[in-house]
Amino acid sequence: MALFILRRLAALLPVLLGVTLVVFAMLWLAPGDPLLALVGESAQGMSKSALEELRRAHGLDRGPLVQYLGYIADLARGDLGVSVRSGQPVSQEVLSRFPATLLLAGSAMLVAVALGLTLGVLAAVYRRSVVDHLAVLLALLGVSVPVFWSGLLLMLLFALDLGWLPASGYGTWKHLVLPALAVGFSSAAFIARITRASMIETLRQDYVRTATAKGLGKSAVRLRHALRNALLPVVTVVGLQFGGLLGGAVLTETVFAWPGIGRMLVDAIGARDLPLVQGSVLFIAVMFILMNLLVDVSYAVLNPKVRYE
Amino acid sequence: MRPRRLRSPAVRRFLRNRAATVGLVLTVLLILVAVFAPLLAPYAPDFQNLRARLRPPSTAHPFGTDEFGRDVLSRVLHGARVSLLTGLVPVLVAAGLGSTLGLLAGFYRGTLDAILMRVMDILLAFPSLLLALAVVGALGPGLENAVIAVAIVGIPSYARIVRSVVIATREEEFVTAAQALGARDPRLLLKHVLPTAMGALSVQATLGIGFAILSMAGLSFLGLGVQPPTADWGEMLTRGRRYLPGAPWLLLYPGAAISLTVLAFNLLGDGLRDALDPRD
Repeated sequence: MALFILRRLAALLPVLLGVTLVVFAMLWLAPGDPLLALVGESAQGMSKSALEELRRAHGLDRGPLVQYLGYIADLARGDLGVSVRSGQPVSQEVLSRFPATLLLAGSAMLVAVALGLTLGVLAAVYRRSVVDHLAVLLALLGVSVPVFWSGLLLMLLFALDLGWLPASGYGTWKHLVLPALAVGFSSAAFIARITRASMIETLRQDYVRTATAKGLGKSAVRLRHALRNALLPVVTVVGLQFGGLLGGAVLTETVFAWPGIGRMLVDAIGARDLPLVQGSVLFIAVMFILMNLLVDVSYAVLNPKVRYE
Repeated sequence: MRPRRLRSPAVRRFLRNRAATVGLVLTVLLILVAVFAPLLAPYAPDFQNLRARLRPPSTAHPFGTDEFGRDVLSRVLHGARVSLLTGLVPVLVAAGLGSTLGLLAGFYRGTLDAILMRVMDILLAFPSLLLALAVVGALGPGLENAVIAVAIVGIPSYARIVRSVVIATREEEFVTAAQALGARDPRLLLKHVLPTAMGALSVQATLGIGFAILSMAGLSFLGLGVQPPTADWGEMLTRGRRYLPGAPWLLLYPGAAISLTVLAFNLLGDGLRDALDPRD
């Protein structure tokens, strides 16, 4: 197992380096002088010599490769640069927003797993019944309805119309309900789809027929024999969805004024605060990659066959 | 007697699939709406009537009016043009570039393949919306940059699909035969290898249009894509939310239009996949 994890980690290294390269390249993709993108309006009105001084201080007078190596060295020290707007270290800003994003993604995942698994299993067990059609329809809507629209509809109904929950903000569990439902619903659609397909496949297997022939009760066969095996592909989707939620909560965080990394990223793009944009993108991408690693590892724990491939 | 035209099995399978047919009909309707929007819309999309601001749905304005007294129905109808176009263009760009890379990687293999696929792996390592935001974050907000961003997000999936088909095809007899007859590489790739990937590509592209429309609407909703005063569904939503709860119609119709459009392409794409790949 340790060997498996080490091998996966080694395979991740080039991808992680590639991701840092993409984030580093954002500075050069940005129109105009990279120095202005890094320091913002504070450079305006500076004398030419002061600008050159600043350029040297940021290492922008050296070749791209040297600059990239410098960037990697900074990253290794946990230095993500300084936000143009606030003047605070980017790492500090990102970390201060991370708990909110993690809380939203985690709660949304709970909603998604509960809803998606239930729907998927019911649809597979009662195939071609009303439940199945309903589950398939919900799954289709979940992938077609934009999450910012379902979020706004939830807000309109439960906050503005009925007044049961706050429309936006952060702090109590009540603030969490609507954003978690909005994000959770769209992820539930994927989970329901995969669970249904996987469960249908498993219910056809010989060992399920054997268990039924042995006279085991229907629910025992379905839950203990079929569902357990059907869960394997579901784990992959759940993991990927969770990783995606960390980044994809951008829209929901904007709708509900949720103070997470996603909303900070959108604000930073609007304010042309490039260091903060780069830092947020890098942080979310690394979290996503690590989540994928965790999925691989859990998959290997659940299914020993994977370890030896 | 004229012989009855035989339909291919894939077409028959597609037409027998009710969900797929619904998707096809919806897609055709949407395209017709987009093409004939100026004829169908009761008003010009940017015609302002300041005396009829924020009016609820009525016979004069079936979808109500917005904060400038513009007719929401007309804006939704015209929005179909923007949405379909901004959904189609990134897919065309991504499919074109992605297929070319996939063809080259799969046909020549070796170092070129290794490098191209590592680059694709890196792009796939980002959650898709995040990658789009990164590109817009670097290039700056706006319609063109948003289209570029969504196109870049799409490239790896096309490259991978075409590459896998090419690898399976390059050893086939008809390819070696064409090679033996002296066909040059570009001709071989375009005339013999690429057509075998068209089925998988068309499925991916159809589903990709739905995804691109969703992403573009998301970017416009965040204020990073289509800019006012263009009639765009995402942009209408972001402005409409300021008038909640008083004017819910500003939210309902553009959102329903996005959902219906994406649903249509998803149904169509799923149907195409089932028809072309009957193993399931």
